[in-house]
Amino acid sequence: MRVRVCIPRLAVPLLVAAILLFAGARASFVNAQQAPATMEVKIDNFSFGPAAITVPVGTTVAWTNRDDIPHTVVSDDKVFKSKVLDTDEKFSYTFTKPGTYPYFCSVHPKMTGKVIVQ
Amino acid sequence: MTKKTKDEILYDHNHDGIDRRGFLKCMAWAGAGTLCVMQGGVLKSFALNRPPDPGAAAAKGELSFVQISDSHMGFNKPANTDVAGTLQAAVDKINGLSTPPEFLLHTGDISHLSKPEEFDHVDQILKSTGKQTFFVPGEHDVLNDDGQQFRERYGKGSKGSGWYSFDQKGVHFVGLVNVMNLKAGGLGSLGHDQLEWLEDDVQHLKSSTPIVVFAHIPLWSVYPEWGWGTEDSAQALGYLKKFGSVTVLNGHIHQTMQKVEGNVTFHTAASTAFPQPEPGKAPSPGPMAVPAEQLRSYLGITNVNYVQGHHALAVVDSKLG
Repeated sequence: MRVRVCIPRLAVPLLVAAILLFAGARASFVNAQQAPATMEVKIDNFSFGPAAITVPVGTTVAWTNRDDIPHTVVSDDKVFKSKVLDTDEKFSYTFTKPGTYPYFCSVHPKMTGKVIVQ
Repeated sequence: MTKKTKDEILYDHNHDGIDRRGFLKCMAWAGAGTLCVMQGGVLKSFALNRPPDPGAAAAKGELSFVQISDSHMGFNKPANTDVAGTLQAAVDKINGLSTPPEFLLHTGDISHLSKPEEFDHVDQILKSTGKQTFFVPGEHDVLNDDGQQFRERYGKGSKGSGWYSFDQKGVHFVGLVNVMNLKAGGLGSLGHDQLEWLEDDVQHLKSSTPIVVFAHIPLWSVYPEWGWGTEDSAQALGYLKKFGSVTVLNGHIHQTMQKVEGNVTFHTAASTAFPQPEPGKAPSPGPMAVPAEQLRSYLGITNVNYVQGHHALAVVDSKLG
């Protein structure tokens, strides 16, 4: 017996739209995973700015030394450690695990900062 | 007693030939390049170009040495674009002293970025003094390698991270390292091993032995907010309590400052590279730019003089220009 399937007139366009929407959403989800956010921290006047930041897992934090004196970026718990950064030099670290990461400048230990990863 | 001159000691409470007024008066002259010398229990002052007769001094066992600090070879920002030139000016001043020093002490931050060529350059400039230099590291000298390069160059015979002692003309010199293993939020640090060594090093010395301690970061609390102090220096000073004369020479803060506490005279030297602001007078302790023609007046050397048999060493700063 032949079964007649009744497809509403707008069904095809609706279906196409749905597929496109889904594809688009999927694409942006993929993009978000491929291009994680970068957070900038400036080092100047013997301080980290901003001193405390909260970022999602996967964020790369980039420190740039704008001071006229060299500094370092060293995690209190030895998770990351930059070499000495002269003026305009940078150091980056990508945070793949959630947690709180206090850090300091090992040359001027009064300079402290914190990255909270959620 | 001959008629009292304004330099004569009036109230010698500690019976060590120096009274507070005389000492402070002498320190006030220091900026003008005055040499204060203890002779026969009287604090006498001499302009730096007319010091006491060196022959007579040698016979009394006088010791004279110079402290320089914070040469920061490699620094090239506006505060001073020619740190080699100002170090050379310091050396010229040393070479021009009528009483040549026996040796030099460099209290650290020899280099700016711990680069080999920076250390080489300083060595080359200091060579022309013809004197031996004893070094202790600053935090700028131990970057990237925990001070390994510093110790290879300047740490022969030293222990641990580079501490050591030596004797000259009856004075006991102790070079300490307080720029290693710094903790977040902390100050300078000597550490357990070094303190143990120090206790042992001075234990058997007679209490009449004059002691000179030199280290980079001040061993007293100059301004903790900027890290200008050492966490465990009290313990070190405790081991030196028995001595009648202790002189502590430091650098790091790029300005001269002194404090007298009982038998201990604390003194910080100017930098030969660039000045830094006075405690709390700026948002941060970084290089302080001054008008070019004034730069050399903010830099300097420190001349230290000891006459055997007299307690306090005469510590005199003189500017480069």
